[in-house]
Amino acid sequence: MKLYDTDLTSRLLLGTAQYPSPSVLLDAIKASATQVITVSLRREMPQGSAGGFYRLLQEANCHILPNTAGCHSASEAITTAKMARDLFETDWIKLEVIGQSDMLAPDVFELVEAAKILAKDGFKVFPYTTDDLSVGERLLDAGCDVLMPWGAPIGSGQGLRNPDRLRAMRAHFPNTPLIVDAGIGRPSDAIQAMELGMDAVLLNTAVAKAGNPVEMARAMSMAVRAGRMGYLADPMERRDMAVPSTPVFGLAELS
Amino acid sequence: MKITVNSIPHDVTGPTLHDLLVELGYITQGQPLALATALNDQFIAKSDRHEIALYSGDRVEILTPMQGG
Repeated sequence: MKLYDTDLTSRLLLGTAQYPSPSVLLDAIKASATQVITVSLRREMPQGSAGGFYRLLQEANCHILPNTAGCHSASEAITTAKMARDLFETDWIKLEVIGQSDMLAPDVFELVEAAKILAKDGFKVFPYTTDDLSVGERLLDAGCDVLMPWGAPIGSGQGLRNPDRLRAMRAHFPNTPLIVDAGIGRPSDAIQAMELGMDAVLLNTAVAKAGNPVEMARAMSMAVRAGRMGYLADPMERRDMAVPSTPVFGLAELS
Repeated sequence: MKITVNSIPHDVTGPTLHDLLVELGYITQGQPLALATALNDQFIAKSDRHEIALYSGDRVEILTPMQGG
C-alpha cells in the first residue's frame, strides 16, 4: 500500500492513546505490526512527562501521523498542523476538524478549507471525514491523496454503521487510498472494512480499551490481513436460498 | 513583562521567545524538550524562536507530544 510517497506493508494504523501503561502501548504497537502510529499535541508544564512519551515514539520506530484532534475550526487545525510538523519533523497530518462534540463528527466545511491551505503549504493531508462522496471529491480537489471516512463515531466501537456508503466510496474513488478511521470495535469490524475493499484501518480505542490490549493488537493485525486477502480472493455472491454444496447427482435412492 | 503561557500568567524578562523557554525551564542546559510554540495564535518555528521578541500581554502556547488517536 502506498500512502503519498511511502510504501507500507501493514494496513493497520494504530492510535497511541488510553493504554493502561507506556509499556503496554509499546508491546501493542509491536504486536500489531503497524508501521504508522497517530499522536497528538497538548499543553505541557516545564519538566513535564512528555519527554518520556517522545522517547517511546522513537523506540516504536514507526511513521508518526500527528493529529489535530480537538480542533473545531480550520485556523486552529492549521496552526496545530504547523506546530506538529515543526515538532515531529513530518509533513503528514491527520486532519480532524470537529463540528459537533457529542458525535465528534467532522465539520466538513472547515475540513475542506483547512485541507486546501495545508496541501498548498506542502502537507500530506490525511483527512478524517464522513462517508459522503461529494465531500470526498472536494477533499481530493483540495489536494488530499488519501481519504479517511468514519465507520462510526470516534471511540464508540460500534463497527461499520453504514457499509453501503463505504462500498459506494470504494466504487467512486477506485484509485484513492481509503482508510476507515474511527468506529472499529472488534476484529470482525476490521475484517468487514477490509472485505469492502478499504485500503487500511485506523483504530485506537478497540485495542487500548480491550481487556488484553496486546492480544487485541495481534488480533486486529490478523483481521486486517484476513479481510484484505478475502477481498482480493473475490468472495462468492450471497444467495437468498440454500444451494447444496454436496453433489445431488448419484444420490442413493433409499427409503 | 506579563506573558500568558498556556493560559497561566507569568512575569518574565525575555526579550525573545527562546529566552522565555529557558526562563520557565522548558529548555534546560541547552537541551530543548520536544516542543512546539505559537505566539498570539500564530505558529512560531523552532528556528525562529531566537528572533521573535515578546511584548507585554502576549499569549504563548507551548505544546509537546501526547498520546493521540
